[in-house]
Amino acid sequence: MNAVNPEGYTTADGRKIGPVMMEMKNITLRFGGVKAITDISFDIREGEIRAIIGPNGAGKSSMLNVISGFYVPQEGEVWFRGEKRAPMKPYQVAQQGIARTFQNIALFEGMSVLDNVMTGRLNYMKSGLFSQAIWKGKAEQEEVANREVVERVIDFLEIQAIRKTPVARLPYGLKKRVELARALAAEPKLLLLDEPMAGMNVEEKEDMSRFILDVNDEFGTTIALIEHDMGVVMDLSDRVVVMDYGKKIGDGTPDEVRNNQDVIDAYLGVAHD
Amino acid sequence: MSDTLIYATEVFINGLMAGVLYALVALGFVLIYKASGIFNYAQGVMALFAALTLVGIMDGQVPFSHLINAIFGTDIHHFGWHLPAVLAIILTMGVMILLAWAVNHFIMRHLVNQEPIILFMATIGLAYFMEGFGDLMWGADIKKLDVGLPMGLNTWIDDTTYNAFGYGFFIDNLDIVATIVAALLVAVLVAFSQYTKQGRAMRAVADDHQAALSVGVSLNFIWVMVWSVAGFVALVAGIMWGAKSGVQFSLSLIALKALPVLMLGGFTSIPGAIVGGLIIGVGEKLFEFFVGPMLGGATENWFAYVLALIFLVFRPQGLFGEKIIERV
Repeated sequence: MNAVNPEGYTTADGRKIGPVMMEMKNITLRFGGVKAITDISFDIREGEIRAIIGPNGAGKSSMLNVISGFYVPQEGEVWFRGEKRAPMKPYQVAQQGIARTFQNIALFEGMSVLDNVMTGRLNYMKSGLFSQAIWKGKAEQEEVANREVVERVIDFLEIQAIRKTPVARLPYGLKKRVELARALAAEPKLLLLDEPMAGMNVEEKEDMSRFILDVNDEFGTTIALIEHDMGVVMDLSDRVVVMDYGKKIGDGTPDEVRNNQDVIDAYLGVAHD
Repeated sequence: MSDTLIYATEVFINGLMAGVLYALVALGFVLIYKASGIFNYAQGVMALFAALTLVGIMDGQVPFSHLINAIFGTDIHHFGWHLPAVLAIILTMGVMILLAWAVNHFIMRHLVNQEPIILFMATIGLAYFMEGFGDLMWGADIKKLDVGLPMGLNTWIDDTTYNAFGYGFFIDNLDIVATIVAALLVAVLVAFSQYTKQGRAMRAVADDHQAALSVGVSLNFIWVMVWSVAGFVALVAGIMWGAKSGVQFSLSLIALKALPVLMLGGFTSIPGAIVGGLIIGVGEKLFEFFVGPMLGGATENWFAYVLALIFLVFRPQGLFGEKIIERV
């Protein structure tokens, strides 16, 4: 099994997967008396597409929020790149190179697509207020370099045509893509996608799947994604964590997970006698 | 030109100048409202506080001297220096940044995700606290603010118009300076929010907190920055109004004049604050000139509010405000 080899493994389609990048150890998250996540452990390896699936209310989004710092778990440890992570604010997590998208899209509605994607570069802008004010030297170089990255991402996700459009005017599917663009502009080490295909039609889903695969392939970005729909995920991901009622009920390759009796029960329902 | 038209022109120009001063106050409101959704009732008091601090620093007043003297039985009032205006303005700005930090650290930080009305109540509390605090720190007497701005009749305009129309316009130099300063201020604010990293982060926070966090923006830092910028605008407004009418309690009431300006221009628009200010300024001066005599005068006290009321009925989001679209 892949977990045995600390150096990583090679996938069926010949991609090299590296060592563990992020490890969740015995995470428990409570809201008052309600347990959203109970004692869950899993890891994400470098270069991998890792999926977290489960029925509604399984705690998938909560898990993603723990990784991205929006929730602080009561118990358990988060390890990132070989170091135990102290409790962090979401913006600090982002500064560490973990970018994310949201289930119900959190874009800057008042700004253009270009401006939105540009905000993904905020952490790369280092020059002081004064040099920005006179627009000289370092500030100018920085802006040019950041614009280049942003334009590359915009090209890559095929949203050139709507660069100047205010985000509020875009249809749902395109908004999802702009959100992905903003996350990519940060050149993240780890990209978290919260239901990237929710509410999309078949064609949009296919587009999004292609983009996710291409991002992983071309930039080598490690991706953790949450999905509700099992079918889509199975084709995309290298390994899958399955959650149900806040507990982990399966972890492994899509084939292993598909044949796991607990997973089948959770998804198809099981007779209680 | 007929006499009435000439007088009306003078009134119109004076109205524009008054409008600029209203706009200066309204700007402070818009900045905070845009960035954090808080209607900052304390903006007027902030202008008063900034002006008090500026005078105090310039004249070398000992802060809290009444309190110190009462407790220790001493009799100190002044450090005995007189600072140049530029240095005093820079120091005052430092105090306003400190104030911004304190407001965020002790109040706003704890009220994240609360209802707007609760935030509004908090700023009312802040306003009264700062009013008392300003008095305690610098004393309650009326002070004269003189940072060396030109004041009084502009003789060049007076002469030119006299030669052209046979009637010299009375335009105050201070109003002309205020107009130039306001224009510069708006240019700087726009450049800041459009072209700098911090400005971009500020717009991001204004738009969506969650999304801003996810791209690595610290909300606390941005809020302190926004309150500092609002403090800077308050300082500018405080200097202009303080130079015009002395630094005293009534300075804080200019906030009330900014309300109709905001209703006209929209709470979220910087150009709206300017245009709204100009419309109110010109409107109330012209109304007083043409209609005032028929109604027994003093229309300036209520004209702005009635105009704002009419506006509210027909265009609740203001001239430039974001459209309110309720989806069902």
